[in-house]
Amino acid sequence: MKKILSLLLALILILGLTACAEADAAEGDKITLNVYNWGQYISDGSDGYLDVIAAFEEKYPNIHVNYSTYDSNEVMYTKIAGGGITVDVIIPSDYMIARMIDENMLLELNFDNIPNYAYIDENFRNQTYDPENKYSIPYTWGTVGIIYNAQYVDEADVTGWELLWNEKYADKILMFDNSRDAFGIAQYMLGYDVNTTDPAQLQACADLLAEQKPLVQQYVMDQIYDLMENEEAWIAPYYSGDYLLMADENENLEFYLPQEQGFNLFIDAMCIPTCCREKEAAELFVNFLCDPEIAGQNMDWIGYGTPLSAAKEYMDPEMASDPVAYPEDSVLAHGTSFDYLPASVSRYVESLFLKVRLS
Amino acid sequence: MKRNKTVLLSVPYIVWMVVFTLIPLGVVAYYAFTDPDTGAFTWSNIRELGTFLPVFGESVLYSVVSALICLLLGYPVAYYIAHRSPMVQKLLYMLVMLPMCMSFLLRTLAWVGLLQDTGIINNTLDAIGIGRLKLIRTPGAVILGMVYNYLPYMILPLYAILVKIDSRLIEAAEDLGCTPAQTFLKVTMPLSTPGIVSGMTMVFVPAVSTFYISQKLGSPDTMLIGDVIERMYKQGNNANLGAALSLLLMILVFVCTGIMNKLTGSDGEDVVVV
Repeated sequence: MKKILSLLLALILILGLTACAEADAAEGDKITLNVYNWGQYISDGSDGYLDVIAAFEEKYPNIHVNYSTYDSNEVMYTKIAGGGITVDVIIPSDYMIARMIDENMLLELNFDNIPNYAYIDENFRNQTYDPENKYSIPYTWGTVGIIYNAQYVDEADVTGWELLWNEKYADKILMFDNSRDAFGIAQYMLGYDVNTTDPAQLQACADLLAEQKPLVQQYVMDQIYDLMENEEAWIAPYYSGDYLLMADENENLEFYLPQEQGFNLFIDAMCIPTCCREKEAAELFVNFLCDPEIAGQNMDWIGYGTPLSAAKEYMDPEMASDPVAYPEDSVLAHGTSFDYLPASVSRYVESLFLKVRLS
Repeated sequence: MKRNKTVLLSVPYIVWMVVFTLIPLGVVAYYAFTDPDTGAFTWSNIRELGTFLPVFGESVLYSVVSALICLLLGYPVAYYIAHRSPMVQKLLYMLVMLPMCMSFLLRTLAWVGLLQDTGIINNTLDAIGIGRLKLIRTPGAVILGMVYNYLPYMILPLYAILVKIDSRLIEAAEDLGCTPAQTFLKVTMPLSTPGIVSGMTMVFVPAVSTFYISQKLGSPDTMLIGDVIERMYKQGNNANLGAALSLLLMILVFVCTGIMNKLTGSDGEDVVVV
């Protein structure tokens, strides 16, 4: 018995050692690139679309991509800020990029390695979150609107964000499980600035959200897919590109942008965090995603707007002119973007949101 | 010499405990008493705990109810298994363990698929003309999820105790004129108390800190303390308050198991805490 045990232990040790050796060898000839991205946010080869990561690995056979996902900017931020992990590429939203730049969590990009930056449209460069465009390269842009099931929801009720407060649809309404987006909706409803730091205004938003709570079926992020596609819920605020993915599965789903009240217009951009170990490979990856042909095929699947006009040539024409992904300029003029709030304010907003959830 | 050897044998465990339990506990305590922005010592996290007392109360209520239901369901099962032939015992024991081989997240998600408004049960009820029922997002669904997930933790310790009860004691009670009910109440049950206590503890402790069951099966109103702590770390960007909550939860668990041991008159040595 003792012998068997010691043999087993020895075996485990050897396995452990070889595993380390393998990891070392991998560093020598095969690089592991850790990409951390939103869920459902890269074309994965399903339904005959391009598998972007496989295509990248085929083009650069010495790079292995280790891909993982998050479902909100805050979750991603907490994980990276916690330290102890290696992440080479992340794709946060605008306000989160500003915060990470401010906290020295991003590396400056070497644009010599990213020649495809030339394809990025002029109006997507030098955004307020990264004024000199040193840290980020736009990946997509999109809007936050209301997704509803036309089979159950009366068109006459679809007038604005107040649809999410309509008692007729109690228990069929989903809400963002993310304080920034949830408060954003309350701010548009109340006509406040979405970047307000005024405690009284934030409290008023929290009160409005607390009023909504009895009608809410669940507070969700990525779980929204199943719930809306299976008609378990009928109304939910969410991101435009995700709507297009859902609409493929359930044709009763419609998308509405409350123009009068305003809505969030966001840009998600590729960045390299300071915990990166393979900066050059990371830049190769970023450059690859900015290749118009790859970007076009990628956008066909993920359904968000592309910041590369050149990519549209390679896209399914229907997708390239989809009114949800590319609303008219007159509509877009009503959108506003989230700015970075100081850490103490975002913590205050989060504590208010928690109180709403516990009320 | 012999003593030294046994000390040596316990070294790996002690190292394990220090590295993976004591040091992390120290870190939790450190975070609980520091300010998220400045890192300076503060009582403010502890002071804020008061607002979460109702959540603690709710979590304890849910898990005590679940533990009691587990006891009611689990005792007869354990009793039944303990009185089969050894072969059958092994088989039944395996069957009780079997669900635990599958991820608990998957099993909870399976309940969502069964219970939701457009789920399998409701679709069937609708098809046969009964109409849809409100099954998911109710307190009952949360209790169901807890009982379903933690029932084996009740059955296994109960079985372990029941199978060891000397059958001669039961026979003696019967010979001395006890009815079956009296035999059970006066002999079997008191002898199985340690099993009841450890079963209750093993259901209560994971149930009180769970954060997934209530999210998936509960309504937005059933937010338990585990959910709040998870939120503090994942979304809230306030690990310090999360640490203070975890600390309080830990103390609460110790107090509750202590009360349970006191009430049942067990000295605590028989209690298995995992």
